[in-house]
Amino acid sequence: MAEATVRTAAPLDKARILQWLQTYGVYAGVALLLIVNIVITPHFLSAENFRTQAVQVAPVIIVALGMALVIGTEGVDLSVGAVMALAASVLALYLGYGLLPALIAVALFAAVAGLANGALVALLGVQPIVATLALMVGGRGIALVMLPQLEDLHNPSLASLGSGDIVGVPYLILIAAALAVLIAFVVRRTTFGRQLLAIGDSRPAAQLAGLPVRRVLMVVYVVSGLLAAVAGVLATARLQASDPTSLGNLMELSAITAVVVGGTPLTGGRISIGGTVAGAVLIQLLTATLIKHDLPPSWTQIAQAIVIVCAVYAARGRGKR
Amino acid sequence: MAPPAEVLAIRGLSKTFPGVRALDGVDLVLRPGEVHALIGENGAGKSTLIKVLTGVYRPDAGTVEFQGRQVSFATPLEAQKAGISTIYQEVNLIPLLSVARNLFLGREPRTRLGLLDFARMNREAEETLRTYGVRVDVRQPLRTLGVGAQQMVALARAVATDARVVIMDEPTSSLEPREVETLFSVIRRLRDAGIAVVYVSHRLDELYAVCETVTVLRDGRRVHHGRLSELSRLDLVSTMLGRELGEVRAEGLTKFSGDHHAADTEPVLEAEGLTVPHKLHGVSVSIRPGEVVGLGGLLGSGRTETAKAISGALPIRSGKVVVAGTSLRGGSTPGAIRAGISLLPEDRKSEGIVPGLSVRENIALAALPRLSRFGMVSEARVDKIVNTFIERLRIKASSPHQKVGELSGGNQQKVLLARWLAMNPKVLLLDEPTRGIDVGAKAEVQKLVDELAEDGLGVLLISSDLEELIEGSDRVVVLKDGAVVGELTGEDVTEDTLMRTIAGDAPATAATKEVATDG
Ligand SMILES: Nc1ncnc2c1ncn2[C@@H]1O[C@H](COP(=O)(O)OP(=O)(O)OP(=O)(O)O)[C@@H](O)[C@H]1O
Ligand SMILES: [Mg+2]
Repeated sequence: MAEATVRTAAPLDKARILQWLQTYGVYAGVALLLIVNIVITPHFLSAENFRTQAVQVAPVIIVALGMALVIGTEGVDLSVGAVMALAASVLALYLGYGLLPALIAVALFAAVAGLANGALVALLGVQPIVATLALMVGGRGIALVMLPQLEDLHNPSLASLGSGDIVGVPYLILIAAALAVLIAFVVRRTTFGRQLLAIGDSRPAAQLAGLPVRRVLMVVYVVSGLLAAVAGVLATARLQASDPTSLGNLMELSAITAVVVGGTPLTGGRISIGGTVAGAVLIQLLTATLIKHDLPPSWTQIAQAIVIVCAVYAARGRGKR
Repeated sequence: MAPPAEVLAIRGLSKTFPGVRALDGVDLVLRPGEVHALIGENGAGKSTLIKVLTGVYRPDAGTVEFQGRQVSFATPLEAQKAGISTIYQEVNLIPLLSVARNLFLGREPRTRLGLLDFARMNREAEETLRTYGVRVDVRQPLRTLGVGAQQMVALARAVATDARVVIMDEPTSSLEPREVETLFSVIRRLRDAGIAVVYVSHRLDELYAVCETVTVLRDGRRVHHGRLSELSRLDLVSTMLGRELGEVRAEGLTKFSGDHHAADTEPVLEAEGLTVPHKLHGVSVSIRPGEVVGLGGLLGSGRTETAKAISGALPIRSGKVVVAGTSLRGGSTPGAIRAGISLLPEDRKSEGIVPGLSVRENIALAALPRLSRFGMVSEARVDKIVNTFIERLRIKASSPHQKVGELSGGNQQKVLLARWLAMNPKVLLLDEPTRGIDVGAKAEVQKLVDELAEDGLGVLLISSDLEELIEGSDRVVVLKDGAVVGELTGEDVTEDTLMRTIAGDAPATAATKEVATDG
């Protein structure tokens, strides 16, 4: 029969649904988890609980912002966790000179780490996953050489950075929010942001169009390194201790998850900063929910895996048919 | 029951994309052995019709009857297995696989153990390709071939499968006259074997050379169908564009005004002794402001490489490029662009457009730094430039925010042209600028080239379309095997002298001069 006429509406709708899911699914997921928790979790709706959740997720958001930029260029930065550890060590080593000099030292180390990644990727053409893997392994090693074990830090300014607040909103959250706004602005409004997306979408075309491909890639990896260092400093400040052994462990995976779940495709050329923030929040809420209800940690991982699979599936449907 | 007279019958096919009705109730009937021209402006819906038919897209409405049965293909592979073989407009082979693997993709010969029989595959691939005039090492990855040779591989592949219908979407856009002849003989062979062919092209003389019947699409609707011989060229163009015959006649079919008044001044571009290992051997070209210099030669003669070397996209071993008196350091595209050189690349799909970005972003891409202040993009200025060029080049998109990857081929080319014109270059290197562009737009592009030259721009024109090359250029530099073998000036700029210079037997009287060719 008129086969050709019937099989039409459904696939198109499916594609539309997938597209919607990729763009807005993460916000819907966050809303859903909030509602579920309000209903089933006792004491969920308290300012204190929100504070705790937000403070925990802030470093992930900050790292994920940098990761989003890198992924936008069709790359990935596996070294972010190691750079966090490096930041913690350097901070502990130089804190004796005061907080500001220590922060400058941290920034220098992070910038050099980012430059190393960027140089491998942009100048030598090494694949990002390989280039940053080297620093992922080596970076934590260097951090441990500098500071072999956990060290308590007693610096009042650092302590207030980690636990202080303005009218009840912790600095950590304010900093994360400010950085998110800044990065979103860079992506949307600046020449750099546009060039970054073009490079991620089609590098040969960007090259022939005369874009400063190498410079943009270098800057992207440096920014990713700096953001990871900021996250490392903030996490250290909150702990009031430098812990290069475990700080930032698996952070690269959390950040990549947040970015992908937030609707930024791994194939580059498109970045959703709002989605990335929401992605980090989604994973945080999911983990918190499962922990609050006394489910073993392995459940958390399974739940995360399911969310990732959903996100990747939604991404697959984009732009087809 | 007698077998149906038609092998393929498309009825009432419709397809809507967000914002565009690409096909609107289109009918098309093919009989065995019929060579059918499918024509229309850029964005008329030709490629969409082919893609809907072969299962790339799903139709919104309509039926397809193939060999008497209702069909609805879910994938292009299904269509191919059923007997509809297609060469898509964008060459869709696999760049990293070898030439031979590409040729045999999906029907590889196997050894008795079920493994791929590489020896046989390579041997047969070589033989097959030789009949198409393509002599290459079939073990090399496909991407090492030029676009034209890739197109021949796609053709060989499409014809080699047992098809009842062969569809060719602009198969000649990157071919040389000689290869076009090969293609035509293939088409005639198919016709004589009772295979129906659908042929899409913007080159009218080709249509008249091989096609028997014609369907004209305009804005997704069929506006004419019938025998091609009953339609004059002017009729065809006026139906296609939907304009009055008189109007088309008054404008004529080619738009080049002829000679330009190239100022007798210093050249704006001087390229000297460009050498790239295995590709160019001391090529020199100079262009004065207001001059259009053509680059003639066969496929693989080094025309594209010359353009790329000048624009810094291809590192040179020796030689120099001087723009308006300042010497460029080779190998830097941004440097060349800053100096005022713009290159419109031949391979639009992989080197030109940024498919995921919008029309607007693509046009503004190269000019972004000038449209920004302190690193921040001025949206108002971008809008102004983008709107100007969308209007001036008549780019057909549902909005400036449509993704370039979704535009029709010709419109993608216009977007690229707009990108470079927005740079206000001093020298424009045009590598196949009108490839895949419809007659209306082609005339506009040609007129534009003229105007730009009039405004004092130096233009380097590369075109496989000899007529265009001859009529558009004030001077033609002829390349062969990566070296300059002659130069045609003044009266000698004719197709005939060009062909003879390429063949290497230019008459002594011709003003061809040997240009130094070192290692
Ligand atoms: N995937 C898509 N998504 C949205 N719009 C599309 C898509 N593909 C094609 N279109 C639109 O459909 C219309 C018809 O495009 P099509 O590619 O069929 O034109 P064409 O006749 O082949 O043109 P050309 O001669 O330039 O190749 C155009 O307006 C185009 O922008
Ligand atoms: Mg087309």
